[in-house]
Parts: sequence; structure tokens; C-alpha cells
Amino acid sequence: MAMKQSTGKRIGVTVLAWVVAFLIFFPILWTFITSFKSELDAIAMPPKFLFFNWTLENYFAVQERSNYLKFAYNSIVLSIGANVFGLLIAVPAAWSMAFAPGKRTKDLLMWMLSTKMMPAVGALVPIYLLFRDLHLLDSLFGVGVVLLLINLPLLIWMLYTYFKEIPVDILEAARMDGASLLNEILYVLTPMAVPGIASTMLLAVILSWNEAFWTLNLTTSNAAPLPAFIASYSAPEGFFWAKLSAASTLAIAPILILGWFSQKQLVRGLTFGAVK
Amino acid sequence: MATQQTTTAGRVLVAPSVILLFVWMIVPLVMTLYFSSLRYSLLDPDNVSFVGLQNYTAFLTDPDFLTALYNTLVLVISVLIISVCGGILVALLMDQPVFGQNVLRLMVIAPFFVIPTVSALVWKNLLMNPDSGLFAWIARSLGFDPIVWFTNWPMLSVIVIVSWEWLPFASLILLTALQSLDEEQKEAASLDGAGPISYFGYIVLPHIARAITVVILIETIFLLSVFAEIYVTTAGGPGNATTNIPFLVYKQALLNFDIGGASAGGIIAVILANIVAFFLVRIIGRNLEG
Repeated sequence: MAMKQSTGKRIGVTVLAWVVAFLIFFPILWTFITSFKSELDAIAMPPKFLFFNWTLENYFAVQERSNYLKFAYNSIVLSIGANVFGLLIAVPAAWSMAFAPGKRTKDLLMWMLSTKMMPAVGALVPIYLLFRDLHLLDSLFGVGVVLLLINLPLLIWMLYTYFKEIPVDILEAARMDGASLLNEILYVLTPMAVPGIASTMLLAVILSWNEAFWTLNLTTSNAAPLPAFIASYSAPEGFFWAKLSAASTLAIAPILILGWFSQKQLVRGLTFGAVK
Repeated sequence: MATQQTTTAGRVLVAPSVILLFVWMIVPLVMTLYFSSLRYSLLDPDNVSFVGLQNYTAFLTDPDFLTALYNTLVLVISVLIISVCGGILVALLMDQPVFGQNVLRLMVIAPFFVIPTVSALVWKNLLMNPDSGLFAWIARSLGFDPIVWFTNWPMLSVIVIVSWEWLPFASLILLTALQSLDEEQKEAASLDGAGPISYFGYIVLPHIARAITVVILIETIFLLSVFAEIYVTTAGGPGNATTNIPFLVYKQALLNFDIGGASAGGIIAVILANIVAFFLVRIIGRNLEG
């Protein structure tokens, strides 16, 4: 309400905002609608917007033809598994940097951040060869380790910024009362930090779910998650638009919903606390 | 504050992260550096020899590399311009008190959560296909010939897709920054009779300047590594019109089996990213002090 606006101007701005938002969102909406068409309706000219025979056949076909559930399972195991283990490593590290900082803590944080900026392609050749020799190609364990490592700096950073907001007095009071370090972390810090830990986990899951460089290069079928599954639709099955749309809808729906819940944390996480 | 006990505990607790990240950073880098000095083809794995900087000179004088470097820069800079300028406009619009603001925000941020391979294939087929795509229908309805996107304008097509993925990110970050502009400042400006342009130039822009810088740097890091979108749409083609450095390294390593050459390319990508990272780390570090 910064400036007094006339009613006309206000309606204009509202309409404009809705048009812009609709255009940005449209490709997702269009994919969703197309997923309920028959293949023939999907490529019909002129396009059929809402009046066609809505069908669920593509969703069944996607499961039958390409075993969608297996890829979904891999995505879930990878994005949750890698980050649960990631949290187990990151929470203690973030605790120690937030509550028992040394002279070099800031440098350490900056260094961790810088590891996130290594382009994946710089590590592709050795990781690929190592994985080949260790028989880790196309294994959930192998890809999971990579996902854990690429998210670890982000986990530590986000947790650190959340922990910093917890008053240190409370932890010291617990310490005075004779709580051991383990109890202090488990029973005093963790409950207070649950919202922060949950947000961190959410963002990390989203990023892992959508990660496509390593999953495309390190998996073929057994351990392939959804990004690789969709890539298999590039040819020749890309011509089946309705099925591509159904597969895409299934692949992005869960993360879209999670993402909508975590907008605020997203800003903090992705800018490493530089914008709050 | 920190007692002897907590300091020791702190070191112990931070150690696993440090060790893991150190190994993850150093081992591949050293191996890549080492491989980059070898003549090493997976097709002839028994015949490995040391060639010094030969892979680098070969890579740097290869016209394919120069094309890939050029493509990388074109992609990064175009997407930056589109997403940052568009992001400022979208953020300003979303900051207005309009009906259904929260729903609007969800719609605008949504593309960011879409798996890159999904974005790329949906755009390539459902929207950009010259026969049955939606854009072709719009063009024909308006009396134009449909654009044959991926044949005639391959790089532009990739730029459009990647911009769509990153515009929401820029919008969201800039909107967050806009919302921290305090009401008093806005009111003072309107009392002083500032017009919309001078209001934007003197109040808004300085306020969100740092957020813009952060967006530019973070996007650059990610855009230097665009891979999946190219992998599923053009496979770097036609010719090498959409081959960027990540894709070139992938092609060299996993399709041409040239480990030495690919490693040299990887090192060059690392150097490029580090130039950007240098500035980003400084900005975030400065923020940490405050």
C-alpha cells in the first residue's frame, strides 16, 4: 500500500499480475491437462484445451510400459536416504560451528561453501572411472553417496544459520545443570531446532530429487531415479506426448507440493543466508 | 563461553564433515589434473602415456572447444539477462497488494521445482514442436509460419527453456528482498512526491542491489553447468550449435572415451567456475560479518 492507487490502476495491476503468473505456470498446467488426453487428442490441431475425453489410461500405461514405480522408489530412497545420513553428519558440525566456534570457524564455513561451487563436470571423469572399478555404477549406494556429498555444504550452512538464532544461554543453562554434550544436543538443541532442521531437510530433498547431472551419468536402469526415467522419453517415446505428460506429472507433483511449502527456506538455503 | 571441553568436542564433531568434503573436493580434482596430463583412451586402456600439457593445447586450439566456450557464455549471459530483468519485473508485480497474492506466488515459483529433464522435454514437444506444438498453433492462428525452434534456433530454444527454469528463482529472491523494504521509507518517498521511476531508481534498486548480485552469482554457478536440458533436447547439436563446456566434456569422456582430453576440459570448467566463486564467496563472507 505504498502509494495511493486509483481503483482503475489497482484492477489493472491485478489483471497484469494474474496474466504474468498464469503464463509462467502455463507449461506445467498444460502438461497436467495433456496427461489426461488420448495420444491423438494430445497432438490434435487446433489444440484441445478442456473439451476432450478425459482419460486415465496414460497413467496406467506409464506404469505398465516402463515401471514408473521402480524409478519413483529410487528417487525416494536416494533423496531421503542421502539426506538423512547427510543430516547425521551435518547437525553435529553445525552445532560445533554455531556454539563452540574457534578462530577459524568462519574460514571453515567459507571453505565448505566453496566446495559447493566445484562444477560437477570437473569431477565427472575420475568419479566415473572410480565407480566403474568399484562396481558402483548404477547402484543406489554409489549415487546416494554423491548426492550426500554435493548437498552436505548446503545442509551445514542452513543448519548453521538456524542454530545461530537459538539463544546460547539456554544451552549453557542445560550445561550448568550437568547435561552431557550428547543430551544437550539431543534434548535441548534438537527440539528447538526442529523447524530449521525440517526446512533444511525439505530443501535438500527437493534438490536431490531434481539432480540430473550425476543421476544421468552414473545410472542406467537399476538405480536410475525419475530425472533419468523422464530422459528415456526423449526418443523415440517422446512422440507419445500424453504418456510423457503423465510420466512428468507423476515425477514432479510430489516435489512441487513440498516446494510450495518451503519457499521461504528456499531463499535462505539457496543464497547461503545472504538474502533472508 | 566456549569451555575447553566444548572446544574439543566441537573439533571432534566437525571433523567428519571436514574430512568428507576435503576428500570429495581434493581426490577428484587431483585425479582430473593427473588424467589431464595423460594420453589415455578407454578404447586403448593399456596404452597410457604422459603427454604434459598436450591435452590442454589440443583442447584450447580445438575449434569445438572455442565453440563450446562461446556457447557457454552465450547461454549464461542470455539467461542471466532474461531471468534477472524479468525477475525484477515479476518481483515488483508480486509485491503489489493484489487479489490472491499467495496463489500468484505459488504459480510463479513452480517452474523452479520441475525436474530439468521434464522441463526440457515438455517445452521441446508440447510447446515448441513445429507441427503440433502450442506455439505453432498460436503462430498459425496469427498468420505466421511456425518457428522450427530446435532446427533453426537451437541455442535460442535452450535459452528459453533454461530461462523459464531460472526466472522463478530470481523472482523469489528479489521479492524476498523487496519485502524487507520498510513501509516508512516507502511513505517518505511518496510524501516527497517521488515518481515511480525515481522511486525505483533511488529507493528500490539500491535496496535490492545486493540481492541482485547474489542472484547473478548463484545463477552463474549453476548456468555454467547446464547439462540435462541439452542432453535430452539437442544432444549438443545440430552440429555443435548447443554444445557447452559440460556437454563437451561429457561427450569427450563417455562418448569418445578420451579420458585425457575430457579431464583437461574439466579443469578448464573448474577454473571458469572458480573465477565466479571467488566473488560470490567474498560477498557472502562479508554478509557473515554483519
